[in-house]
This record gives sequence, C-alpha cells and structure tokens, in this order.
Amino acid sequence: MQIRLPEFPPFAVVLFLWLISAPLHAALDIEIFGGGATQIPIAIVPFAAEEKLNQSITQVVAADLQRSGLFRMIEPGGLAPHELIEVVYSEWINRGAGALVIGTTTLLPGGQVALRVRLLDVAKQVQLAAYTETVPTGQLRAAAHRIADIIYEKLTGDIGVFSTRIAYVVKEGKRYALQVADADGFNAQPVIEYTEPIISPAWSPDGKQLAYVSFENKKPVVYVQTLATRTRKAVANFKGSNSAPAWSPDGKRLAVVLSLMGGSQIFLINVDGGGLQRLSQSSGIDTEPSFSPNGQSIIFTSDRGGSPQIYRMQITGRASGTAERLTFEGSYNVSPHYSQDGKSFTFIHRNGDRFNVAIQDLATRQVQLLTDSKFDESPSFAPNGRIILYATEVRGRGILSAVSSDGKTRQQLSTQAGDVREPAWGPLPRLQ
Amino acid sequence: MKKIFAVLLISLLSACASKSTQPTAEVEDKSIGSSSRSTEGSPTTGAVPNLNPLTDPNSVLSKRSVYFDFDSYVVKDEYRSLVQAHAQYLRDNGNARVLLQGNADERGSREYNLALGQRRADAVRNAMTLSGARESQIESVSLGEEKPRGLGHDEASWAENRRTDIRYQGE
Repeated sequence: MQIRLPEFPPFAVVLFLWLISAPLHAALDIEIFGGGATQIPIAIVPFAAEEKLNQSITQVVAADLQRSGLFRMIEPGGLAPHELIEVVYSEWINRGAGALVIGTTTLLPGGQVALRVRLLDVAKQVQLAAYTETVPTGQLRAAAHRIADIIYEKLTGDIGVFSTRIAYVVKEGKRYALQVADADGFNAQPVIEYTEPIISPAWSPDGKQLAYVSFENKKPVVYVQTLATRTRKAVANFKGSNSAPAWSPDGKRLAVVLSLMGGSQIFLINVDGGGLQRLSQSSGIDTEPSFSPNGQSIIFTSDRGGSPQIYRMQITGRASGTAERLTFEGSYNVSPHYSQDGKSFTFIHRNGDRFNVAIQDLATRQVQLLTDSKFDESPSFAPNGRIILYATEVRGRGILSAVSSDGKTRQQLSTQAGDVREPAWGPLPRLQ
Repeated sequence: MKKIFAVLLISLLSACASKSTQPTAEVEDKSIGSSSRSTEGSPTTGAVPNLNPLTDPNSVLSKRSVYFDFDSYVVKDEYRSLVQAHAQYLRDNGNARVLLQGNADERGSREYNLALGQRRADAVRNAMTLSGARESQIESVSLGEEKPRGLGHDEASWAENRRTDIRYQGE
C-alpha cells in the first residue's frame, strides 16, 4: 500500500502537485446533449488584446454558458467592438443576439492582467452589468468563471455555479486518486492517492475540507482532510466498518454509518472525532444519510421495510428518532441527496435492470426520472439546485455526467483514461 | 502471533510424533507442480512440513470464503462446518484474532453494498460466536463492492463477489 501524504517542504509539494496534475490537466472533456426549450441568444466578442494572453477568457465564458443549456452562441461575424462607444446595436439585432458581451484585457507589469467587461441588453440598448478585475495571469480561468457567473445571474436570475469545484475518484489500473477540479473539469488536482479504494467524498459546507472513506487499512475508515494543508484525521475509525460521511449544514458534525453496535446504523460525530451519538435505531441497514438544509432532519436509505427505500427522520426536537418512508415506487431506491432549498431530493431508482437518477418533490411526492442510462450512481445537486452531477457508465467505463434538474439538458464529463466515479459538487465560494 | 505459532508448533509436533512426516509427503504429492523441480531447486521448502492448520491445504481451516445467494446474508448449510471449524480454532487459540471481510457484487449503490457486505460479515461472526468463539476475537467489516475477486460483469463474477473472507491477524 502506498500512502501519498507528502511531508515535503512547500516547494517540493508544489513541484509534486504539478508533476501529478500535468497529465491530468484538462482531463475532463465535456459533451452536451439536448438543450433547454428556451435559450438566450448571446454574442461574446473576443476581448481586446486577449490573443496576447496565455489563456483565452471568452472561450471559457462561452463554454460555461453553453454547458448550462440555457444559452445559444451568436457568432460576431466580423464585428469586434471592445468599448461601449463602438457598439452599434442594430447590427446585433440583425444577427439575432439578445445579449452582448464586450471587454478589454491589459497586460500589466508583474504578470497581472486588468480585465474590463460589459454585459449589454441588445433590445433595450442598455448596460446590464460592468465588471473590472485585475488578476495574475495564472488565475485567468478563475476570472473567466466569475464573469460567466455574473452573466448567468443577470440573464437568468439564478445563482451561477461556474466558480465552484467538484470532487471525484479516478481509478486507473490499481491506483485510486481522489481529485478536485473546477466545475468545468479543468484544473484537476489530486487530494490523495492510494492503491486501495476511496469512496464517498463529501464537501464541508465552507469548501475547505473533504470527508471520505478509505480502505487503506483493510476496512472502511472515515477521514476528514483539509485541502489547503493536506493534513487529515481519521474521524471515525471504530471497530467494524465506518462509512457514508455527510456534513451537517453548520459544518461542525458529520453523520456517519458505523457497524460498531451491530448492523449498519447512522451516528452523529463531531468533526474532531468526539461526541458520538446514535441517530437511527433499526435491526436493518440504515445508510447514506443526507442533511436537510436547516439541519433538523436527515434522509437516508434503509431496508427496514424489506427492500432499500428512502426515509426521513427528524434529528432535533420532540419527534426525533421516528422515520417516515418517502419512496414507494419500485423495490430499490437509494443514495438520497437533499436539494439546497430543501424542497426535493435526488436519488437512484432501479427501473427494471437499469439504475437511474430521479428527483422527488417532498411536498407532492411526485417522482421524475431524469436519465435512461444503465448504471447511474451517486447523484448530488449543484449549489443552485439546477444541475445534478452523477456517475454513469459508457462502454464499460465509469464517467461523470450532469443532468439539469428538469431533465432537459445532459452533459458528459469524460476523461481520457481511467474510471471516474463518486462525484460530489462543492459549495459556492464564500464571499469574503 | 509468534507465541501462538510456537504453541501450535509444539502441540502439533507432539501430536504427530509417532506418525513422523508421513502426512507431509502426501501433501507434497498432491500439490500441483510439486515435481522434481521443487525438490531439486529448494530442498528446504520442499521438505519442511506445513504444520500450520490455517494454511495446510488439507485442513478445512485453509478454506476462507463463505458464499451467499443474491441479496442474502444467510450462511448456507454447506458452509456450516467450515464456519464451525474456524470457531473451534478461535476457541482453542484464545490469542487468535480474525478479520471477517464481507463483500457484495457491483450492482447498485456503493454505500448500500457496503452495508450488505457488512451483514454478510456479521452473519459469519454470529455463527462463529454461537459456536464458541469470543466476540473480542472477531472484527467483522465490509469491503462492499470495492475489492471484487471476480472482475467480470456477469452472474459468475457477481456470485464470486457475494462472499465473506476470513483473515487471521498477521495474514
């Protein structure tokens, strides 16, 4: 077994990271299927002097917006305004654009780039947003994602998730790597690598830590690792199996599944490993807990009724400990995850011999199947609730895929090599 | 562990004192590929009798896998004697410790399969403690679908992966 928690000086760590991530850079390619019914026609003019930068900005912005399924790109066709005064709105109306993005880039001494970006409403002939930022050249992709978020938010009224990150596990030969990448799959960085399996990564609400299950010690143990320092702690390493970590919304505790007291049952534990408290009490399997956004209840998988189904249990207040069954269609409903607004949950539903992503409204109990593939696993919501990230299989290889929560747009995130599985979408970056 | 092994060695040696190395010769004859090459190449390994019942292929204790039916964690009758033999060994060797690793086939949720594997490990543990092994000698854990022995995506591989493995401490 090889454990890669390097105790090198910082410079060596940087070099080590670079060496590992180099071949994985831009590893996830994204293909889009279908598209929303109504798409916003938008023209994005390459920014002034952008071609002198080592990283295109407008291409990243366009790819982000296209991936949402809500936008249709309009070609500038020879027009290249960069300043407001250069814009002739009638020309853009003729091209069918509803929105227009223009901007400039200025390379400053010391490797900094000054960005100035405007979002314009072509029909109303007004400026919807203006954005200026000065960033190091190495952070141009991140700046592009922020610009895409602003455009997305202005034009859809929804929260943009292009600046978020995803975590997932890649299996290549006998190597398992837990990786973190930007939401578009670029900039993949290894969190930890082993020759033993890693499953169930879960982001802390502040996005600074990942909980996961590692089998490096002949059995499943729950670890929490801080991304910035790469330090980690075995939070649940009790006799028997330890698995299925889920963060409480305040980030102070984890729900975990332990076989410590017989069976597989759900417990609460502090992030430092103290304060163990049993939550579920059944003679069957209780696993895969997911907290409601208000932290007052969990949904989880249980076979207490004879087949695996999804239940909800209050964990605070008078009604705590009693579980209510939520799924009734079919004999196999597993892997529930709450949406951020707490109104629905996504899960895996077995449909004949297929395992598909589904969504259920908690109030109406209405179920919608979102996919028709064969082996879907581990669905989780984007922080705006509009997209569900999941693992699936194409030609015997594990890949990541995403589906809009209305089922209308699907994207595949594929890697060049290896089996990709166990995706988890990280939280929105905190505004400091 | 060394101590146990020494005790084991002495007790076995005294038990087999009159029989000399007869059974060992039989073992060697039966084992695959134990032709002239092994006696020529390394006379020591070829001649040393395998006195550890846990690894002696003639001993039921060398059998370490208990298989289960689909979506089931009932120890089938055909594995009762195997489980009882290990329980007996644990009862006779109070210092012996065993790790029971339950497994599941690849279909469905990884975490649910982890729990299914746990039930299969627990089923073997319960059968062992009923036969006299102490709870403190046994740890039952699950590998879920993560460490498949059968690598195919068919019923033969799935059946191979619905099992509990018995691993003694130090192995």
